[in-house]
Amino acid sequence: MALQPFLALGAVLFGIGLYGALTKRNLIIVLISIEMMLNAANINLVAFAHFLPKPNIEGQVYALFNIAIAAAEVAVGLAILLSFFRARNTSDVRDMNAMKW
Amino acid sequence: MLFGLPITGATITYFVLALIIIVSGVFMLTLTNVMHMAVSLVGVFLGVAGIFILLGADFVGLVQVMVYAGAITILMVFALMLTHRGLNGHLQGEVGPFRGTLTFLSVAIIVGTLLYAIRSTPWPGSTTALQPFHQSTVNLIANAIFHQYTVAFELVSAVLTVALVGAAVIARKEE
Repeated sequence: MALQPFLALGAVLFGIGLYGALTKRNLIIVLISIEMMLNAANINLVAFAHFLPKPNIEGQVYALFNIAIAAAEVAVGLAILLSFFRARNTSDVRDMNAMKW
Repeated sequence: MLFGLPITGATITYFVLALIIIVSGVFMLTLTNVMHMAVSLVGVFLGVAGIFILLGADFVGLVQVMVYAGAITILMVFALMLTHRGLNGHLQGEVGPFRGTLTFLSVAIIVGTLLYAIRSTPWPGSTTALQPFHQSTVNLIANAIFHQYTVAFELVSAVLTVALVGAAVIARKEE
């Protein structure tokens, strides 16, 4: 195997996630799409760690940190969603305008 | 030869996993039933875990299965169930056809540029070994985290604690 197929897969997965995050109007689906984009970044990190001239473990370490931060982001995002849903009874991103200037 | 790649077990595994990931991702975006979306999300995350293991990152792959396919998917399903009054709820929200087409074209241009750049760049020589590291990746990751990235590791644990407490406080029902 070469490096390019993995980078191509990461690019395609990033595109799918970007399209979902830009067009969907449900907050949970937008969060899921962001997770898919983070996964695409992780694929690139691990692929570069594997295919460098001198294979290096640090890409995998960065991927692990990335996963931890993504988990924290999902926890806080879903907590905000639940609180918002309790107050407004909707999970549409267009209704999240309470702090809009 | 398959798209310029020699047909080996690794190549076939790669194409199967890539197919699973992309088909699940497209399903995730096109399906309207909430529960089907969650199931296709599991497909994406498990496929990415398979890619990690194919790249010799077995520990990262297992963490991906535990954190993403286990915890995050269940969390998403809980949130969907709590906010949609049962699982038969359909998500109708999408932007109109004009903005949808425009977004699709922009994303297609970005991805096309990325693919062209990946194809035309001379990358450093590739290894054929499935496992390029000469010892267990768990040992190597532990050495890197606890010797070189100790501060970052401690900061991540602090971030996780703060996020957990913050999520509990935000989601709590106010008296």
